Amino acid sequence: MNPAFALEILPQLLTGAVLTLQLVALALLLGLVLALPVALARLSPFAPVSALASGYIFVFRATPLLVQIFLIYYGLGQFEAVRESFLWPILREPFWCAILALMLNSAAYTAEIIRGGIRSVPYGQIEAARALGMSGPLLYRRVVLPLAWRQALPAYGNEMIQMVQASSLASTITLMELTGVARAIAARTFQPVEAFVIAGAIYLLLNFVLTRAVHWAERRVTHAAH
Amino acid sequence: MTAKGFGRFAAMLAAVMLLAACGEGDKQAQTAQSAADKPVPNPLRVATEGAYPPYNMVDPAGNLIGYDMDVMREVCSRMKVECGITAQAWDGIIPGLQAGKYDVIIAGMSITDERKQVVDFTQGYAITPAYFVALNDSPLHQLDLGLERIGLDEIDTTEEAAIAALKDALKGKSVGVQNATIHANFVEDALGDAVSIRRYDTQENLALDLASGRIDVGLADSTAWEAFLDSEAGRKAGFVGPGFDGGPFGEGLGIAVRKGEDRLLDALNAALNSMREDGTLKRMAEQWFGFDASAR
Repeated sequence: MNPAFALEILPQLLTGAVLTLQLVALALLLGLVLALPVALARLSPFAPVSALASGYIFVFRATPLLVQIFLIYYGLGQFEAVRESFLWPILREPFWCAILALMLNSAAYTAEIIRGGIRSVPYGQIEAARALGMSGPLLYRRVVLPLAWRQALPAYGNEMIQMVQASSLASTITLMELTGVARAIAARTFQPVEAFVIAGAIYLLLNFVLTRAVHWAERRVTHAAH
Repeated sequence: MTAKGFGRFAAMLAAVMLLAACGEGDKQAQTAQSAADKPVPNPLRVATEGAYPPYNMVDPAGNLIGYDMDVMREVCSRMKVECGITAQAWDGIIPGLQAGKYDVIIAGMSITDERKQVVDFTQGYAITPAYFVALNDSPLHQLDLGLERIGLDEIDTTEEAAIAALKDALKGKSVGVQNATIHANFVEDALGDAVSIRRYDTQENLALDLASGRIDVGLADSTAWEAFLDSEAGRKAGFVGPGFDGGPFGEGLGIAVRKGEDRLLDALNAALNSMREDGTLKRMAEQWFGFDASAR
């Protein structure tokens, strides 16, 4: 470890960390937005809808994220039809391909987390709400989802941390996020120890803040329920 | 962050530093161990990349083939040792050598000052220029610098003007390079403030993105481009501007060994010398490149 060199590369690594944060935040947000309808579809009594959601979840959970990223980035770019479509300005950019892959992957896991949360809502609570005249969307919005969210939060915190790690795969499609910057520095200077120790420490800090935030949110929802 | 929280974070950080310190200790132990009179290992453990045609690649049956492989197998047989060749990811190939995972690297690796600080090289066993490649419909093909080859060892005024014109033409364009290569270093140093650099893990992925139009131009060794330019997708692309050699592009390609292993280095050089003298190296170069890339 050479502290002077570590300090010298810190600014470059921090720029990479900013991109990591952007990837993680956007992918998690879009993934969560997508996960809710997928979870509801999965719970739907209408078999084709439920099967479709199950299929999506199965495919994205049963294949490696790296393969998904490669297929979306290098795979789609092979087709003339894709390159001439209106989607190309988006799919041309490695950033949006990474967001798409991370989001679809995260949504599959998150949908299962939400489904588990919904299934864990005690039936008595739902009956009580029905007795008060609630039904449909109102029942979901006021009773089922808040209770489900409370159950799902610890598992979702896990998913958020996983996503911070998973975002490092974006470096394979030329995005210079934290791991990508560290790899480039290591390659250029042949001092991998400094580059990866600092990168590791930044990941540690990111996840430290994240676990604290989830912990705080958990406490808050539990208090609100009392 | 609370005081307790910070304490916990500091403890984790300390654990990471400790891990790093362990790595450091290993490195020192190794340097002390590798004395100059260490004999040539038998079998000799050789690392290559296996994804850089025509230097080294994997055939459909999974065998490592290429110019590097032919040269290395001949070198081993002349040194009278067994050769165990394995494929390694390019960007970790030098750290792997330093960590003692193998004894030599032959992977189309250019001899550069930066690399010479961490490994020793044999004499060059090939030298080839670097070229920019763009799709044929790119306006970059209208660029005419009036030069065939730019040697970066000593740059004269016409060459300086040509490089400035090239930089001008590339302004705002995206340039693809393979990570951890002399081409990446050259683009970073000479054009870094004018272009956006895209780094790829392999030459194949760089070529894929060039073909799909995601990047405007790529820079790589002329021979590394050959496989792509001969392919279906590569037929709509071609060389742009002059070829580059010398300077940051080094003294050609060498076989790398750990620093201080002089007996191994001498044995490799002796084998390469005898191959150069009896024309074996020239014959192998002509077979893989179509021209004598072994010339110095």
